[in-house]
Amino acid sequence: MRGATHARWAACAMAVALAATACGGGDGGSGDAGAVLSASWGDPQNPLEPANTNEVQGGKVLDMIFRGLKRYHPETGEAQDMLAEKIETSDSQNFTITVKDGWTFSNGEKVTAQSFVDAWNYGASLRNNQRNSYFFGYIQGYDEVHPEEGEQTADTLSGLKVTGERTFTVALTQKFSTFPDTLGYNAFAPLPRAFFDDHDAWVKKPVGNGPYLVDSYTRGSQMSLRTWDDYPGPDKAQNGGVDLKVYTDNNTAYTDLLAGNLDLVDDVPAAQLRNVRDDLGDRYLNTPAGIIQTLAFPFYDEDWNKAGSEKVRTGLSMAIDRKQITDTIFQKTRTPATDWTSPVLGEDGGFQDGLCGKACEYDPDGAKKLIEEGGGLPGGKVTITFNADTGSHREWVNAVCNSINNALDNERACTANPVGTFADFRNEITDRKMPGPFRAGWQMDYPLIQNFLQPLYYTDASSNDGKWSNQEFDDLVDRANQETDTAKAIGLFQQAEEVVRDNMAAIPLWYQNGSAGWSERLSDVKLNPFSVPVYDQIKVS
Amino acid sequence: MGRYVVRRLLQMIPVFVGATLLIFLMVNVMGDPIAGLCGERQCDPATAARLEREFGLDEPVWQQYLTYMGNVFTGDFGTAFNGQEVTELMSTAFPVTIRLTLIAILFEIVIGVALGVVTGLRRGRPVDTGVLLITLVVISVPTFVTGLLLQLLLGVKWGWIRPSVSSEATFDELVLPGLVLASVSLAYVTRLTRTSIAENRRSDYVRTAVAKGLPRHRVVVRHLLRNSLIPVVTFIGADIGFLMGGAIVTERIFNIHGVGYQLYQGILRQNTQTVVGFVTVLVLVFLVANLVVDLLYAVLDPRIRYA
Repeated sequence: MRGATHARWAACAMAVALAATACGGGDGGSGDAGAVLSASWGDPQNPLEPANTNEVQGGKVLDMIFRGLKRYHPETGEAQDMLAEKIETSDSQNFTITVKDGWTFSNGEKVTAQSFVDAWNYGASLRNNQRNSYFFGYIQGYDEVHPEEGEQTADTLSGLKVTGERTFTVALTQKFSTFPDTLGYNAFAPLPRAFFDDHDAWVKKPVGNGPYLVDSYTRGSQMSLRTWDDYPGPDKAQNGGVDLKVYTDNNTAYTDLLAGNLDLVDDVPAAQLRNVRDDLGDRYLNTPAGIIQTLAFPFYDEDWNKAGSEKVRTGLSMAIDRKQITDTIFQKTRTPATDWTSPVLGEDGGFQDGLCGKACEYDPDGAKKLIEEGGGLPGGKVTITFNADTGSHREWVNAVCNSINNALDNERACTANPVGTFADFRNEITDRKMPGPFRAGWQMDYPLIQNFLQPLYYTDASSNDGKWSNQEFDDLVDRANQETDTAKAIGLFQQAEEVVRDNMAAIPLWYQNGSAGWSERLSDVKLNPFSVPVYDQIKVS
Repeated sequence: MGRYVVRRLLQMIPVFVGATLLIFLMVNVMGDPIAGLCGERQCDPATAARLEREFGLDEPVWQQYLTYMGNVFTGDFGTAFNGQEVTELMSTAFPVTIRLTLIAILFEIVIGVALGVVTGLRRGRPVDTGVLLITLVVISVPTFVTGLLLQLLLGVKWGWIRPSVSSEATFDELVLPGLVLASVSLAYVTRLTRTSIAENRRSDYVRTAVAKGLPRHRVVVRHLLRNSLIPVVTFIGADIGFLMGGAIVTERIFNIHGVGYQLYQGILRQNTQTVVGFVTVLVLVFLVANLVVDLLYAVLDPRIRYA
């Protein structure tokens, strides 16, 4: 690999001699457009299909090899047209989508309306076991291709119709004004015929329409992506390619970065946060990401769902010294939460600093008083359940418990209850076996306030793990989804968020940042709101 | 001899069945793996049901076990959740781990036995005390400390080696991980050999050999060492299986994509097929290594005969 890099570099140097700008990375940067960088990666959990990838590692690759109708701006998170020429609607329920001309997949096939419709039908169909099927749940006919039980009665969504080579219509089951803004999510990416004709070969070496193409892929160890020279889009890659290397332990990746064997680490381990400034200087980035950590409650448990419980829940929230925990345990890489969304949405997108108000401020006396008013902790104590296998959860859960114990002057008020694996943790949640509050993290799918509220707190929503249900909240969300005026819709969502606050449906803990460290070869490293590096803008010298 | 081997092979069958059944049950007790596949949200029931059927999780456990074992005998170890065949995972993971184990065993034999002989012959001298002290330190320091320390010193501070192993995992890249992996066993081998040598040094046959006027190296290598190796061979034989399965920590530190890595990931994702498949092969390795050790006894000590 190193040899190849040198060869490219040499070729590029010669090109520089011929034409001074050939290897400049755009606007006067010192980048070498032919150079390849190496970056840390984790083995994707599911096969690399757009509608089957629900975690960040697979998402990274899809983000490099696919472009959808919309794309979220790497910095602002705003949904902007990419392949979409226009998306029209008169009633927020029926949409006519026109695909831009001139786009092709890297194998030469044209990207047409059919490429989208086929991909979405594939993603929605029960028979294909796609983990992200529910993203198509708003489209008419979803209950036929993906019934809750029994066999599917249709193969294609009746709400999707191809009306021309580049146009298709989408009919939704309800009004959903921000539907176009959700289309930047990977699940909505177009797929070439090769995906359907020779599926096994495609999964071994995916073909998409993004700025990179897959050069080689060794499952479980490495993927080499190279810049696609004929990429028709505006965001052409500024480097020659990316080698994604699988690391089992992010500590090893970090060590490799220090030793100069790796160019980019996008997950600086918690244990190294103390040293990272000394080690890397300004080659380290720590920016807000669309991730919020909360504590959810088991509302199926009478003890947590009776009159006065909301006071107990609010009291618990006030007993947590968020600032101290984020400062000491996370070295300020997380920020105390003051609402239930994320700063990456921006004020215009619905983030409202301080919406939680006093309920999220550390106030031991007030906490004690509120909990007593609400009838005290159920059984005199509270257990916080979490999965102990990843993400240094144990440290902060212990800290939260300490904080609660101190506030309540009771050493046995709060105990941590670790669950061995994530899968087991999810099982206990699904089986409604949570004995008390439990860890709930949310990484947004798309930067909309709707995504922070509806999937988590709407009655029976997919990630409403505590089974909270509130008519007022549901009504407000329904109204917000139907509202065609964006500002008004966001206002309604914020009203719904206030309902969440007044009931303390979940305790917001902190907003999580994304972090990245890189070698001296790289410049212009940025993280998008999904805490994924913007690979195509990185310049390599 | 032949009959002995056949008998031992037959004895392996119940051990094999029992071991795999235990593993199968243990992984099953961990609960339903499907829930972990959908991230921080509930899998939609229809997809979950289909996945369960696809992985055979909807059947009772005993039936799952029978189907699984039936498939194993036809060479089908099932499919991991990411859609890869377990046999494919094995074909990439086992060669790497075997290379690592070979290096580790080589270290144990060459350095361990040599140190053992030297210290055994010079019992009570400074060399002996020094080596004993070092082995004590090595045994008491956990592998991950040794591994991380060496990685930091040799890989980052001095830049002699790459701190991580590339995906090809060639022999030269595996020298340091092999040494780290072998370190604790190496110390044990040294101590075992030392005790054994020191004990046998005073035995009659050594005195006879010396009295016959044999050269010293011949006395040591042919007479003393050969008779002292039996406990060491037993230890190393059992260690082969242990090294292959127990390399999880070392493989993680040096980012080696071998058996330990696959097992670790399989356990985290509660992937029955991967875990049971790999452990099944490891059980086989253990059994065969044990048999080879027992047969080696006869080679080392002619008085031992198998009928």
